[in-house]
Amino acid sequence: MSLSAPETIEEIKQRNKELIEETLKAYPEKSKKNRAKHLNQFNTGAKDCSTKSNIKSVPGVMTIRGCAYAGSKGVVWGPIKDMIHISHGPVGCGQYSWAARRNYYIGTTGVDTFVTMQFTSDFQEKDIVFGGDKKLAKIMDEIMEIFPLNHGVTVQSECPIGLIGDDIEAVSKQKSKEYGGKTIVPVRCEGFRGVSQSLGHHIANDSIRDWVFDKMEGKPATFEQSAYDVAIIGDYNIGGDAWSSRILLEEMGLRVVAQWSGDGTIAELEATPKAKLNVLHCYRSMNYISRHMEEKYGVPWVEYNFFGPSKIAESLRTIASHFDDKIKEGAERVIEKYRALSDAVIEKYRPRLHGRKVMLFVGGLRPRHVIGAYEDLGMEVVGTGYEFGHNDDYQRTTHYVKDGTLIYDDVTGFEFEKFVEKIQPDLVGSGIKEKYVFQKMGVPFRQMHSWDYSGPYHGYDGFAIFARDMDMAINSPIWGLTKAPF
Amino acid sequence: MPQNADYVLDHFDLFRQPEYREMLANKKKNFENSVAETELQRVVEWTKTWEYREKNFAREALTVNPAKACQPLGAVFAGVGFEGTIPFVHGSQGCVAYYRSHFSRHFKEPSSCVSSSMTEDAAVFGGLNNMIDGLANTYNLYKPRMISVSTTCMAEVIGDDLNAFIKTAKDKGSVPMAYDVPFAHTPAFVGSHITGYDNVLKGIFEHFWGGKSGTTEKLERVPNESINFIGGFDPYTVGNLREIKRIFDMMGFEYTIIADNSDVWDTPTDGTFRMFDGGTTIEQMEAAVNAKATISMQEYCTEKTLKYIETEWNQTCVYFNHPVGVKATDEFLLKVSEITGKPVPDQIRLERGRLVDALADSSAHIHGKKFGIYGDPDLCLGLAAFILECGGEPTHILSTNGTPKWAEKVQELLDSSPFGANCHVYPLRDLWHMRSLLFTEPVDFFIGNTYGKYLERDTGTPLIRIGFPIFDRHHHHRYPVWGYQGGLNCLVWILDRIFEEIDKNTIVPAYSDFSYDIIR
Repeated sequence: MSLSAPETIEEIKQRNKELIEETLKAYPEKSKKNRAKHLNQFNTGAKDCSTKSNIKSVPGVMTIRGCAYAGSKGVVWGPIKDMIHISHGPVGCGQYSWAARRNYYIGTTGVDTFVTMQFTSDFQEKDIVFGGDKKLAKIMDEIMEIFPLNHGVTVQSECPIGLIGDDIEAVSKQKSKEYGGKTIVPVRCEGFRGVSQSLGHHIANDSIRDWVFDKMEGKPATFEQSAYDVAIIGDYNIGGDAWSSRILLEEMGLRVVAQWSGDGTIAELEATPKAKLNVLHCYRSMNYISRHMEEKYGVPWVEYNFFGPSKIAESLRTIASHFDDKIKEGAERVIEKYRALSDAVIEKYRPRLHGRKVMLFVGGLRPRHVIGAYEDLGMEVVGTGYEFGHNDDYQRTTHYVKDGTLIYDDVTGFEFEKFVEKIQPDLVGSGIKEKYVFQKMGVPFRQMHSWDYSGPYHGYDGFAIFARDMDMAINSPIWGLTKAPF
Repeated sequence: MPQNADYVLDHFDLFRQPEYREMLANKKKNFENSVAETELQRVVEWTKTWEYREKNFAREALTVNPAKACQPLGAVFAGVGFEGTIPFVHGSQGCVAYYRSHFSRHFKEPSSCVSSSMTEDAAVFGGLNNMIDGLANTYNLYKPRMISVSTTCMAEVIGDDLNAFIKTAKDKGSVPMAYDVPFAHTPAFVGSHITGYDNVLKGIFEHFWGGKSGTTEKLERVPNESINFIGGFDPYTVGNLREIKRIFDMMGFEYTIIADNSDVWDTPTDGTFRMFDGGTTIEQMEAAVNAKATISMQEYCTEKTLKYIETEWNQTCVYFNHPVGVKATDEFLLKVSEITGKPVPDQIRLERGRLVDALADSSAHIHGKKFGIYGDPDLCLGLAAFILECGGEPTHILSTNGTPKWAEKVQELLDSSPFGANCHVYPLRDLWHMRSLLFTEPVDFFIGNTYGKYLERDTGTPLIRIGFPIFDRHHHHRYPVWGYQGGLNCLVWILDRIFEEIDKNTIVPAYSDFSYDIIR
């Protein structure tokens, strides 16, 4: 229950202002000044959220952010299922990210697909001292021998690689040549680069441009082309999200030639420049390659949002607007087909969720994209923020948030705890590191990175699961048990 | 349309519906450039062969599915065991996000830890400023009683000097001069998570006993009758440490649990988030120097720490290898009794009898069964000894962070029992090696962590989940595996899986269900 909900928008804004001021008091002067720029609230009519973003995290504050390696191996490259992604460096990075992101795929793991495996060069002291290039070359040989059906290799650099001066590009080129032009992609995603996962996305995008696309130059399409070919960009198929999205695009008459990168293959990456339109879900992690394909290959791109029936319908129509009447009719047909399902979901869950307040803190697109789905259920998002957003994310956020929404960029553990304590939302949506903190406080919680091991949440099929899950979190009987009767 | 508001289909049902199956089949056929089915099956079968095993074991550079993590993870595990302590990891920030997630997924608990968030400029100029600002921020925001500093590989490669950095940070006023900031260098490219545990623990001992990096006098040891107890990097730390306290309290002597993280990883849901809970206090840590002995439950987690305590402080140090079962617990209690002069009370004698009783009731189901075991070096030894005393036959024992010297020790254990005759030990090997072992020399069951489920899928060998991490089963870490009570838990977990497997294999009506017995 919301205990301290102020009544009017002025009261809300005053409360938010005081809350931010109060929270900042705990910081030493230098950090206070820094953090103050990241905390604000949305004022209707503003062009962004009036917060700074995509700058270095303050040391020692318990940032929720990860690193460039996480952005490249964990997000962009890791889900490409028929390639082997080497976590190049010490054992830990690959170990902690091993199969943790729920990028669903179909394949015989260890034989023709490799997503839920941990390949590492397991650096030892001698590799640091003498360099790891020879070891990397040997690893490539061993991969070709032991996993002969792989369709390529990527080298995901961990911190030491860039510090000890290894030449992973030379090794990759040499080995690609030796193995008949096999795609081998060196990725300079060392964890110290940039300020968060975000630069890792960018570096990974660039590596696809340089090491996949450039190789394809001038080659004909390997699939039969049609006027309705699209590629899904920026869907990692978490819990099957890309599948419950793909089905809608196909039902409206489009042909999905590639998925980036959930359940994706190197063949699909290579096919994408031949698509007629790129449809982009996670703008943050894949806008770079989308822009590149537009500039170089003339493939336009359009953003969409498949969370909740309102945004899905809007997005289907936006995507259809790039095609002829057949597709436009297809979009209407799909919207109509699923109307009964959406209505039934809303009828069932809206009465149980109406008026409930939500605070979010996630990465990528979700701090804004999921707001519509909550609103379809009558819920209200009162605070949101991005782990690694840039200003263009905060600009896009203005289309989603209400006046007086609390905004927190790269929130620290301390701030998030204080904000939730004061605002007392009915639900917090964030990650595994935050989950148990808020549940201990008695606040219902859903993980909004991994869907709390549920999902999919995309598409109409996913919306039913989303609504059920939010109800299950908020209306669980266990929240009535947190206070002992004695 | 398969989805339904009244009966919501989850991912495991949704994507098996015909619409999705067809869609995915078309995706594969038209766009994936997938491997031809016959070729795929040929290679699938080839990976099961001895020929493949030999190639697999000839690997020199590539590691596939290792069963170990890096030093800094163990550093955090040790650090949170002290009262009001935040582990502070000096280096890249992504690492800390990983450790916190990893522990939260295992313990289903919050895991607080901060990073000095070093980026490219720190790679060039060193991370001193990150240390100065970071310590000040952590100190002011979270008001910890102590900050335990360790490093990531980034800080180690560029050679940051923790001792000097912390001194400078104190000079600059980040934290008070006398504030406790023990530290340890924990390079990820040396050893594994158990090495990091050892290094941080040793660092904390050195700090409190050895004069706080030259800022105070070394402590003077005045031996008393107390004993110190160290659990090591233990997946069952919550249940185990509480069980040890129960046993020691019953025996009735003074003791100090060092690095006691059993409360901070098991806090109640009652409306309050406790960033800190329980833990060894600084006062206890200082008093621990006077103890007559230090007991470690995990030799390979505490090699340097024990050496320090023994050689610098002349304490008697004894160690075990994650003791599980009757004989191992006997040895442990006899040693404790010998050191403390306290007899093992009748209550514990009863518990021993009950565990033997349970083994007598059930060991027929374990006797003669072949087991694979993998995990941390100490846990492998503890579990192998238990399987041996149940009459089970360990067949493959594998540890990614076990050394050839560890393997010799395991071999000694195997040699001590006729049930160990057909077992091989594999130090420095990974789970892809284990896959070949399970295909070429099948066993009835194998024991390992959550990642063993992939081996179960591929080889059909049933997995008994004991180890770290366990992500896909809940709350087992709240139960002890030490002491006779702990042995009983272990026995039950093993038996449950054995019985489930018998039921699963006999459930077909009019074919095998004559053996689908109601009494087993």
